[in-house]
Amino acid sequence: MNSERAAAFAKSILAQPWGLWWLQARRLVRMELRRNLFSLKAWWIYFLALAPTAILLVHLLFERHPGFALTDDTNVLAAIVQFYYIRLGVFFACLSIFSRLIRGEMIERSLHYYLLAPVRREVVLVAKFTAGSISALLLFGSAMIADFALVYTAFGAAGQEYVFNGPGLSQLEAYLFVVALGCLGYGAVFLLLSMILRNPMPAAMLVLLWEFINPVMPALLQKISVASYLRHLMPITVPGEGIFALLTVQTEPVAGWHAALGLLALIAVILAYSCVRIRRLEIRYLTE
Amino acid sequence: MTAMSDRILFEDVSKFYGEVLGVNRVSLNIPPGVTTLVGPNGSGKTTLMNLMTGLVQPSSGQLSVLGITPADPDRFFRQVGYCTQFDSFPRRLTGWQFLFDSLLLHGMSEPDAFRLAGEALERVRLGDAASRRIESYSKGMRQKIRLAQAIAHHPRVLILDEPLNGLDPMARADSLALFQELSRLGMHLVISSHILDEVDRISDRVILITGGYIVAEGDIHQVRREVRDKPMQVLIRCDQPELLASRMFTSNHCVEARLHADGKGVFLRTADIDEFYRLLNRIAVEGLVSIDAVAPADDDTLAIYQYLIGSDGSPS
Repeated sequence: MNSERAAAFAKSILAQPWGLWWLQARRLVRMELRRNLFSLKAWWIYFLALAPTAILLVHLLFERHPGFALTDDTNVLAAIVQFYYIRLGVFFACLSIFSRLIRGEMIERSLHYYLLAPVRREVVLVAKFTAGSISALLLFGSAMIADFALVYTAFGAAGQEYVFNGPGLSQLEAYLFVVALGCLGYGAVFLLLSMILRNPMPAAMLVLLWEFINPVMPALLQKISVASYLRHLMPITVPGEGIFALLTVQTEPVAGWHAALGLLALIAVILAYSCVRIRRLEIRYLTE
Repeated sequence: MTAMSDRILFEDVSKFYGEVLGVNRVSLNIPPGVTTLVGPNGSGKTTLMNLMTGLVQPSSGQLSVLGITPADPDRFFRQVGYCTQFDSFPRRLTGWQFLFDSLLLHGMSEPDAFRLAGEALERVRLGDAASRRIESYSKGMRQKIRLAQAIAHHPRVLILDEPLNGLDPMARADSLALFQELSRLGMHLVISSHILDEVDRISDRVILITGGYIVAEGDIHQVRREVRDKPMQVLIRCDQPELLASRMFTSNHCVEARLHADGKGVFLRTADIDEFYRLLNRIAVEGLVSIDAVAPADDDTLAIYQYLIGSDGSPS
């Protein structure tokens, strides 16, 4: 009996119009990417992603410090990723991108066009999330690669050796992986917050505070944090001094794959719950 | 096709926004043709339309359009087009892009979307402005592009919330002609409008709503006949209106007479329309008065609105 039910369930799943949903999702992603990346509002996200790149470029062109060692700049790059990109740049860019996906459309009174199209709401949500993720990844991934190139270009042949014959490329891979997971993790959190709350900003500030104090929390609470998962994936541990000491507290060690899977599971749960919420979503612009 | 699969059905549908009533226990069975939703501001017209299209969900009851519910959007929105009242659009799109993108979401091929977008733009006479950004459109043009988007995919049901708002008289006439044409093709058109006299001309039936309650629904003439406490008014064009009025007053169902401004007709009010027409026939046969035309003067939507809802929006 159970096997018959399972077979019927599997048959009904396979009978769904997956091809149509895939086509619709691809088209939605294309439209959303156009809006995310080529609108005037996107300047803020470009700024957040490219600010360190611009500073590194200025240093390279005008303020080269020949006395600096390669290891110092390697630490500087790690600090940029850990303290700036993860805690500020990716955080605020994702807040801007992902809270706009649904809530922003509500505020601009244009969400109903998506809900009146012959597209499942879950497809709309997943496509919007995907487009937001691609936008964030494109910008921050490109910025990360540019930062990496600028840091090691300054060291000439030694830099080249470090990148191609040393640990450089694997560090770059790890940074890109960390940034990608950061975009997905914060993206999912802010998408959900923007669906639950009319104004997600105060909640986002609480998340920021939580992420800041999370390293000194008990081990169980540390698991409810995007940054704590990412910290375990960093290829280099940044030595902390002053205020940064709080952010570099040594927490319970977690295997890299465990941290990545934990974060991906968190993202999956949040997206599944968001799909449930969008099914019940009503258009009531007057109360927004 | 079953009988019910060509209907818009509401079964005891209620919608509450928190403690505020949207609509209460609405049951409707709407056949194809033009149906006008009439009611004062805040009466529940837009709520009914939003319920029909799943933009809001019923607190209780069930509804379906052509046998499909909005919970099945893949099928539902191929059959339904909704021109909302919301005067807003995705940013930075031209009229053409707006239509083309909407059609692509149906899953159709790009050449098909291209053809249908062009066709819809021509239908609303907006072809010249297609390449301009919607932000630069006038209110009337924005109304037209919303209408184009609602009809572009050739739906069988078209729901139009105040579709004549912001249109100049020429554009209103064009839109009404388009609605009539679509109705003739067997489509459902559900229209809410404040411009009652114009919508009245193309409307097959009317739904009167106030305070979230359906006050009356059906064919306009039938609804008028059911409003028995308001004597019906008939205009009779004839050569001797005074004589006709005096003869009609010999019957006690005639309650009011008023001469037409041109002196070639008389408005008569009667509490018994069947008896009224019998008496009028007798007078015509007698040949004392030469009757040119007889027409009901108050069985239009506006009159029914005033009788049933009143000018203050509360049922009278």
